[in-house]
Amino acid sequence: MTLDFAPVWGGLPELLKGTVVTIEVTAAAFLLSAVLGLLVGIIRLNPARRVLYGIASAYVAFIRGTPLLVQLFLLFFGLPQFGILLPAWLCGVIGLGIYSGSYVSEVVRGAIQSIDRGQMEAARSLGMSYREAMWEVVLPQAFRRMLPPLGNETIALIKNSALVSLLTIDDVMREGQRIISTSFRALEVYIAVALIYFVLTNAATWILRQIEKRMTVERG
Amino acid sequence: MIEIRNVYKSFGSTEVLKDVSLTVQPSRTTVVIGPSGSGKSTLLRCCNCLETADRGEIRINHRTIIADGKPLPDKELNALRAETGMVFQSFNLFPHMTTVENVMRAPVVVRGMAKAEARELAMGLLRKVGLDDKADMYPSTLSGGQKQRAAIARALAMKPKVMLFDEPTSALDPELVGEVLQVMKTLAEEGMTMMVVTHEMGFAREVADTVVVMADGRIVESGSPEQIFTNPTQERTRGFLRALVDGHLAGARPQPAADDPLDALPGNH
Repeated sequence: MTLDFAPVWGGLPELLKGTVVTIEVTAAAFLLSAVLGLLVGIIRLNPARRVLYGIASAYVAFIRGTPLLVQLFLLFFGLPQFGILLPAWLCGVIGLGIYSGSYVSEVVRGAIQSIDRGQMEAARSLGMSYREAMWEVVLPQAFRRMLPPLGNETIALIKNSALVSLLTIDDVMREGQRIISTSFRALEVYIAVALIYFVLTNAATWILRQIEKRMTVERG
Repeated sequence: MIEIRNVYKSFGSTEVLKDVSLTVQPSRTTVVIGPSGSGKSTLLRCCNCLETADRGEIRINHRTIIADGKPLPDKELNALRAETGMVFQSFNLFPHMTTVENVMRAPVVVRGMAKAEARELAMGLLRKVGLDDKADMYPSTLSGGQKQRAAIARALAMKPKVMLFDEPTSALDPELVGEVLQVMKTLAEEGMTMMVVTHEMGFAREVADTVVVMADGRIVESGSPEQIFTNPTQERTRGFLRALVDGHLAGARPQPAADDPLDALPGNH
């Protein structure tokens, strides 16, 4: 058996185009998951607000407890039954974002709860509202503790994004499959696709590591 | 200034405050002493609603802040807390801000003060507590005594009408206690209304206008320092002071017991 990478080289422009789509989908989903995760994480700090807490907890339980692929198909094939027809890329972004957001919310909640209670008390005793104290005092400290687990979450998000190829989104995975369908060189093409994901995940890790470093230096 | 009337507080099934009534006069220093677990910190924390008193009423500056378990609405409570400075045993400085930022942040956020003005205010207060040279350092680089002085400056930045001190020197190395007490003493002399929970009997004796002794969630006795330290009327007070002296002596080299153990109490620090 010989390896023939010619189809990979020939299909490189398509693969790169797909890579850009993967980055776009992942970046958009990351933003959604960050906003969602922050909101849900903060809501889940306080069981006293029963309705909100209940909704947030149900969200985390349902999303973490079911396969991402099923969730994506629910959005893409399920919603049209209600006459809601979202473009494929939007289904991908929303599906990934909602999925990742449930994990991010736990990261956020854990980081906030790890900040000493005295910080919130000191801020409140100075007259800050809960929101001001959270924003000015607790979250900046919690953010630093979120970074390492957030790195994990980002890596998972990038890899999970391969599933959106099943929603007809032309990401790097789907472009690869398209090349295979004409060249029948599955091994070589999947090696190339794997390498691209490898580069993407490590680039993301590196960026987060730099942010982490900078925040540590700042504090002397 | 602070009027506490028939306050009760429980944590679960543990009653920590039982029918506590106490008045702190304006421009006076009231020191609360007593064995650990006597409820003195909880009482102090009820005075700015960091803890919610279950029953009774607390008034600050003639305003009811909590009555029968119902505190003021959030907005008014925030405004009231802004005028009630609090200093914690564990400092609780904000580690992600420099010392001067710690002091100026609340005036900017809560009062909407311009940054330049807030910085000027903060620098003045840091000078007052002897920390102007540490303004741009992060709290992690300060000593315990410096941290607590910075925390006092931070509370003062809101121009509080009352200051609450929750065992401000208990987390400090012994040689750093004096610098913090000195700042507090200066404040008291300037006419600040202060309520201080502490184990520093020297400070209580020297600075307090009123000493309140608590035990088991009740106020056992209160009066002038002379009265409490030289002529306590309650057995609980005597017992507590004696235990303090014994603890003090146990740590020192052996020496003949004084005729009256209370004579060994530090009169000055």
